[in-house]
Amino acid sequence: MIAFEGVSYGYDGGNLLSDINLRLAAGSFHFLTGPSGAGKSTFLKLCYAELLPKSGRVTILDKIATSMSRDDIAFARRRIGVVHQDCQFLDHLPVDENIVLPLTVSGQFAEPRDLRELMDWVSLAPLARAYPPQLSGGERQRAALARAVIMGPDVILADEPTGNLDWDMSLRLLTLLMELNRMGKTVLVATHDMNLIRQAKAQVAARVLRISGRRIQLAGADL
Amino acid sequence: MPAARFRPSHVIAALRANLTSDGSADSIVPPSGHTAWLTTFTAGAMAFLAVFALALALASGRLAERWSDALERTATVRLSAPQDQIDLQIQAVLNVLQTTPGIASARALTTDEQRALLAPWFGPDLPVDTLPLPRLIEVNEDSSGYDSEGLRQRLAAEAPGAVLDDHTRWRKPLAIAAQRLRLLGFLSIALITGATAAMITLAASAALAANAGVIKVLRLVGARDGYIAAAFVRRFTLRALAGALGGTAAGMIAVSILPAADEAGGFLTGLGFQGWGWLMPLTLPPLAGIVAYFATRAAAHRTLTELT
Repeated sequence: MIAFEGVSYGYDGGNLLSDINLRLAAGSFHFLTGPSGAGKSTFLKLCYAELLPKSGRVTILDKIATSMSRDDIAFARRRIGVVHQDCQFLDHLPVDENIVLPLTVSGQFAEPRDLRELMDWVSLAPLARAYPPQLSGGERQRAALARAVIMGPDVILADEPTGNLDWDMSLRLLTLLMELNRMGKTVLVATHDMNLIRQAKAQVAARVLRISGRRIQLAGADL
Repeated sequence: MPAARFRPSHVIAALRANLTSDGSADSIVPPSGHTAWLTTFTAGAMAFLAVFALALALASGRLAERWSDALERTATVRLSAPQDQIDLQIQAVLNVLQTTPGIASARALTTDEQRALLAPWFGPDLPVDTLPLPRLIEVNEDSSGYDSEGLRQRLAAEAPGAVLDDHTRWRKPLAIAAQRLRLLGFLSIALITGATAAMITLAASAALAANAGVIKVLRLVGARDGYIAAAFVRRFTLRALAGALGGTAAGMIAVSILPAADEAGGFLTGLGFQGWGWLMPLTLPPLAGIVAYFATRAAAHRTLTELT
């Protein structure tokens, strides 16, 4: 799905990530961990071409990121659902219209029954016509997850999705991500919440990647 | 690959595609508050001014044509002679004129007509008969024209006090002045169009910059640049079109209530439209729409590229 070959990226001349070699296979579940500022968000942004590598090659859904046109990137993002910690919405649109946004911008329409099912899945049906500023942190994360999956993407990228949530809500979100993985989606979750990772590893065959010294390595048994 | 040729049908097709298709994009861009009113107001004000500039251009065009037509086919023979010879010399001049190829008719102005000509300067009671004024002979040429130099020589021989004035000396500057006035009118329209484009570009750029967060979300969910740009382009084009419609209507009403030329007799009061000229201002709203379309489209694509 997404492959990194000798990828480096940095800001202001220095390298934050260096010589990254990694392949996210279809249907895999990965956690990406590391201290704050280690480059987790940068790595995720490289995965959906928000950033392009300074060197090396990132292949996104069989296309080399640096060779993709702006339209290619837009089409790729329709197959990559992204959930951020500070998930952003269009505040002037109600929640259900925000959730169907990926369909709207690609000229498709959501079947009302499908949308209702999705809203039920993330337990947001009663808040369908509420506006994003009226939602709590957990509700926003679930709405972002619903928006990320409505197109039936091949890949789900989540950047600290539980950062603002309590433990119960974090588990609930994790359960949703694991369900998606069981449906065959490739999932990558960037988090520094070790408890969440341990909880997931007990239920799903997740691999844990750690950013350390500008490189990404497979985490060992210390988790 | 050969460059695509400009065709009006392509522009119309692009406008139609952007203005009618996928209206869902409209709701995705939040209402942009004061920039909406500023765009509409600017387009309206500019259209209002453009109506007057157009009226000026058309009126000066009419004036240039009128002066040219009126003066081009006429000439005047000014005859100064002693009082006892004046009638003889008038007859001699008329004889010369009647036998000159290219002259359709010639006649001596009556004293009443001469008095009327001088009335604006000396009043209606001027005793023309008692003053040593030259007599004027009006000459109308036919379509083939005449040899003015040859006529001057013949007049000099037959009536030494006769001077031919073919109006060339002052006809040209008047016609040039009127043509320049017309050019000024069209230049004003061009400047107004440019200023409209600049202001709409600024307003669109401001709206795009203010909606950077919205654009980020749209990009994240897979919106193409064309889709995002279309939402802004459609909005600004329709606002400009609506504003220009209002401004044009107001301008046309204002022009229509100006005093008519024949009532006051001056050039400025002749500022207005005549006949098919009334259709000309109707081109301004579509022009404003086209200008807004291209200005917003350019601004949107530039801003979207910068926001990457």
